[in-house]
Amino acid sequence: MAEQADLKRTPLHGEHVRLGARMVPFAGFEMPVQYTGLMEEHRAVRERAGLFDVSHMGEIFVRGPRALEFVQRISCNDHSKMTVGRAQYTGLMAPQGTFVDDMLVHKMAEDEYLLVVNAANLEKDFAYLEELASDEEGVRVENESGRWAQVAFQGPLAAEILQPLVDVDLAAIRYYRFVNGKVLGHEAIVARTGYTGEDGFELYTAPDPAPEIWRAILEAGKDRGVLPAGLGARDTLRLEAGMCLYGNDIDETTTPLEAGLGWIVKLDKGDFIGRDILERQAEEGVERRLVGFEVTGRGIARHGYAVALEEGGEPVGTVTSGTHSPTLGKAIGMAYVPADSAEPGTPLFIEIRKRWTPAVVVPLPFYSRKKKTTTK
Amino acid sequence: MSVPNDLRYTRTHEWVREEGDTVVVGITHYAQEQLGEVVYVELPEVGRTLDAGEELGTLESVKAVSEFFSPVAGEVAEVNERLDDEPGLVNDDPYGEGWLVKITVSGDGAELMDAAAYEAFLAEEGH
Repeated sequence: MAEQADLKRTPLHGEHVRLGARMVPFAGFEMPVQYTGLMEEHRAVRERAGLFDVSHMGEIFVRGPRALEFVQRISCNDHSKMTVGRAQYTGLMAPQGTFVDDMLVHKMAEDEYLLVVNAANLEKDFAYLEELASDEEGVRVENESGRWAQVAFQGPLAAEILQPLVDVDLAAIRYYRFVNGKVLGHEAIVARTGYTGEDGFELYTAPDPAPEIWRAILEAGKDRGVLPAGLGARDTLRLEAGMCLYGNDIDETTTPLEAGLGWIVKLDKGDFIGRDILERQAEEGVERRLVGFEVTGRGIARHGYAVALEEGGEPVGTVTSGTHSPTLGKAIGMAYVPADSAEPGTPLFIEIRKRWTPAVVVPLPFYSRKKKTTTK
Repeated sequence: MSVPNDLRYTRTHEWVREEGDTVVVGITHYAQEQLGEVVYVELPEVGRTLDAGEELGTLESVKAVSEFFSPVAGEVAEVNERLDDEPGLVNDDPYGEGWLVKITVSGDGAELMDAAAYEAFLAEEGH
């Protein structure tokens, strides 16, 4: 084992060790990549439910009378119409119109927003936000990541299994909404959000009760095939659902419009960081687009592999994420390609270990669940 | 840890079973466990000549790609074609149905370990 003394541990570390998880370094944390097996965990989430430790995620609070104004300035989405108890996906914007990070904005109160950001970006995000807030009156930015544990309980059975453990009516929490409630008597934010393409919840609690909650959910679901699920399954699940991973599919060189995330860009909401660049891209069109593809030949196209439009041709793009889809049983991925080659059906060739392998552009997402949670 | 006594092992976690002048090659239980569920297996062409230690093919799991190597010098006599459709055999039965390649040995092989030595090697590596 490599020296892991410099890695942080989540409040659930002991649970992972007890369950025999394979632990890996991830974003400065020692995290479970799998427990029983990636495919099995993946299927549990699609067919039943799976429990993830996502305590590594960052929690940054924006507070003060001008909190909304500040959130509007840093984000490309429009948060002015949110009511308390709503969550919205958006980009934390750089002046280049690109992503400093992607995040979930939760409206906790009229003067309080919770930003849930990627663990790998937490320090960078917080420094950026502090700098931006330093010349503003009436807004405070606070990094409370160390005070929160977070678990994600995802899958079609999640609501049913979780209900007896909470004091709120889960059926009343619609998709991308949250409430303050109690889990096993412990205060929690209960949010109907997730990163798997399934129905499910993300529970934010203090660190101390997290192990008790973790064990209780697994116990409540053990006869229904509920499994703990690791980062491996989290990645294959989100990719099937066509969700972007920061550092792979989006980063400081890519804009939301290039990433196919035009739905989070609200140019008419007023000014925000990077807006001028996005407005120009919206008018003139983007040069490249993030697309989904299926490998029609053999092998898995992985992050960083070259993409060409003909066999052995000049590379025109790069695979940003790629895996074997446990649900579809084929190799899938996402890649940036020239905008005029982004139509579904466009043939691509991907260099998989020196062999140009045929692939085809397909619509995203690769997978969407049949029954949608009500959003309105 | 599953390390059968009747096989010999490499430092790159292949196992070797001697059958007359041919050897059967696969990857060990430990190797398949590290790799996770195998979803593609790329095997060499029958008839290819090999040096000991030469790359024989690749195994892909959802998370990782891993090469495997020829423990001996020789010629590829047969490959396990079932793995095209059932790559999971490598995980389910690494020492049996999940074998990879048969090689007709033409020269001296690399130094192979017996089961006890391989187990000691795994322990030394901290597994």
